Amino acid sequence: MGARAPRRRAPGDAALTTPLQAEHLFPDRGDYLDVVRARRHEGFELCTDLCAVDYLLHPGRALPEATAPERFEVVVQLLSIEQRRRVRVRVQVPESDPTLGSLWDLYPGVEAMEREAFDMFGIRFTGHPDLTRILMPEDWEGHPLRKDYGVGRVPVQFKEAPGPR
Amino acid sequence: MGLEDLQHNFLTGRLEDLVKWARRMSVWPVTFGLACCAIEMMAVGAADFDLSRFGMEVFRASPRQADLMIVAGRVSQKMAPVLRQVYDQMMEPKWVISMGVCASTGGMFNNYAIVQGVDQIVPVDVYAPGCPPSPETLLHAILTLHEQIRTGEITRRRQPGVRRDEELAGWVPERPDAVRLGTPR
Amino acid sequence: MTEPDFVAETDEGTQKLAPRSQTGAEELRREVGAVLRRPESHPPPDASLDLERTGDDTMIINMGPQHPSTHGVLRLMMELDGETVLRTKPIIGYLHTGMEKTGEELTYQQGATNVTRMDYLSPLSNELVFAMAVEALLGVELPPRAVWMRMLLAELQRVSSHLMWLATNGMDVGSTTMMIFGFREREMVLAFFEKTTGLRMNHNFIRPGGTAADLPDGWEDDVELICDTVSERLGDYDELLTGQPIFRERMEGVGSISADEAMALSVTGPILRSTGVAWDLRRTMPYLAYDQVDFDVIIGTYGDNFDRYAIRLNEIRESVRMIRQVLERMPLGDYRVQDKKITPPPRARIDESMEALIHHFKLFTEGFKVPEGEVYVAVESPRGELGCYLVSDGSGKPYRMHIRAPSFVNLQALPVMMRGGLVADAVATISSVDPVMGEVDR
Repeated sequence: MGARAPRRRAPGDAALTTPLQAEHLFPDRGDYLDVVRARRHEGFELCTDLCAVDYLLHPGRALPEATAPERFEVVVQLLSIEQRRRVRVRVQVPESDPTLGSLWDLYPGVEAMEREAFDMFGIRFTGHPDLTRILMPEDWEGHPLRKDYGVGRVPVQFKEAPGPR
Repeated sequence: MGLEDLQHNFLTGRLEDLVKWARRMSVWPVTFGLACCAIEMMAVGAADFDLSRFGMEVFRASPRQADLMIVAGRVSQKMAPVLRQVYDQMMEPKWVISMGVCASTGGMFNNYAIVQGVDQIVPVDVYAPGCPPSPETLLHAILTLHEQIRTGEITRRRQPGVRRDEELAGWVPERPDAVRLGTPR
Repeated sequence: MTEPDFVAETDEGTQKLAPRSQTGAEELRREVGAVLRRPESHPPPDASLDLERTGDDTMIINMGPQHPSTHGVLRLMMELDGETVLRTKPIIGYLHTGMEKTGEELTYQQGATNVTRMDYLSPLSNELVFAMAVEALLGVELPPRAVWMRMLLAELQRVSSHLMWLATNGMDVGSTTMMIFGFREREMVLAFFEKTTGLRMNHNFIRPGGTAADLPDGWEDDVELICDTVSERLGDYDELLTGQPIFRERMEGVGSISADEAMALSVTGPILRSTGVAWDLRRTMPYLAYDQVDFDVIIGTYGDNFDRYAIRLNEIRESVRMIRQVLERMPLGDYRVQDKKITPPPRARIDESMEALIHHFKLFTEGFKVPEGEVYVAVESPRGELGCYLVSDGSGKPYRMHIRAPSFVNLQALPVMMRGGLVADAVATISSVDPVMGEVDR
């Protein structure tokens, strides 16, 4: 139809490389803090984002050979202002023991992000100064962004049906 | 009534009408802007859609001094007790306008985090739809509220057991011709 | 008359700020900057503050979540020594909407409606980052007109957001005139948006594949009028605020933060630039066509409120400069990528072609499928680095959509900025951080 057909990438191709200059690292839980510390000494001054993903419904995602997939994954985006580049660190966190070291000593800015990951997924960060719920009310039960937690839709009633009042 | 002998300087009227006039001409809202609708509410207070021509530009921070709560935005689970507390602290007579679809019914967020309609927590007098309602819609809602106050509809005691929409069948607000709703552009 | 049914005071559990005698050493250590990587040469905190005080002479007050400062539902617990603020704890979550969960339930086509309501002062930025993330996974390249249109809208959005900031900041500091001025100019920009996108706010206009529609006829005149009016009125604001002694007293030296502290706390945007770090994604990691337009990155020196005010004021000037360049150089062509699997056909064609009808139906019911993968894309929103981390499992809905909201992270800078200041400065400082609670809580 158009003068030039749109360029498409083959599926699976995007899994390990992204077009926006990021390098991927896949450390184990044990090496995670050391890997991040090394990056910090290299000159990655900012940790722009830390989030978690629940791969319960998509276990077959693309990972390098040496990494065993687990249910949860914590993804950390680091930024170097000097070198103008980003690095992404992905750690597998098992469901049976959802704990991980906290990056707070290295990057104080992850405090709120780790709290959010705890609130939404239930991943505990050891060494975090104040690991409490941040978005949901204090006494909420459950971790909403997990895949086995429902959306909580309320069935919508229509006008003709007698209402509660 | 024997008033024909008096030349001038007297106005007579019913006390009820006077009270209603005072009430509707200076309804002071409490600042309860939550999300995007709050921005449109502030735009209504600003110069283009001036709210002070209705005597309402003073948004009181203290609920004790306010008459109207415009719930502007989505009410989350954490915010619901706060909403109720602020509503309770307002003095009678008080009114509630539910602004936007999130406040009226939960809007596009039918999920665990949002209260599906602020009328589950406080009684609402006027619902203003829109996401966000444009300032004209909010003004229409406010004028509808004024109308309800003027006709006393809002204070009419309802008979228990009668559904509100049955009781109101055929009710049409009296709208004086001089009021033109909607700004001509 | 029966007793009114008052809500029992809500218990916030561990979200409270405990008095000094009950606070652990760990938390007090944070206060003194042990964690903030303060270099040895940095001067120690204000000597007049007696940090060793262990008695309960300090008072803990609560501000919010409902309070007249117009920044939404932010709750602050402040520990005060007289009028001086010591520790602050921002408590958020009062606007949590479950948007990331909702994002997993909506198709990519519908995703923009959800994402746009996060940062409701610059909705087009949210839509832009989401659309860019989806396009990165899809691997499509946009036609030039779509790119330049997006840039035009993004810069107009920046103008409108900063005008709104000037208005609310002015009001927080006490100048209601600024509030009226800011909203007056903003109405012009919103009228243009209404003409182009259909809505004043939450536009749902920038969609994966391009934009929803083309610019309306006569848009050049509208945009030029906006540029001319805003440039002229900025002079008025300068006159009203910049030179005014009361404003300067209230803003200079208040809420300062150093570059090291800002970087350690992952702060980006005008706050980071006010400390002297020249980091603006439009210049350093350009996206859209920002490497083809001429603009300056404005930085400050002292990292205080006044610097942030000056930065935002001048960013409006730079945005107007960029908009004028876009006006001259807007290319002709398609406003969206011509891929039938992604963008819907024009409405008129639905009557003519069966295929178009089927595509339209499929796109709006099931949505298009995006190849497996994950991507992180970031843009420079008026508040800082707005990022979208998108994971796709090959279906028509995102598997995980996480938005890195700048205000969420920038709020961590608030305790550092407010320390040692007065309560009255707290409002000015919060305002200069420019948090938008929609994106903080999502």
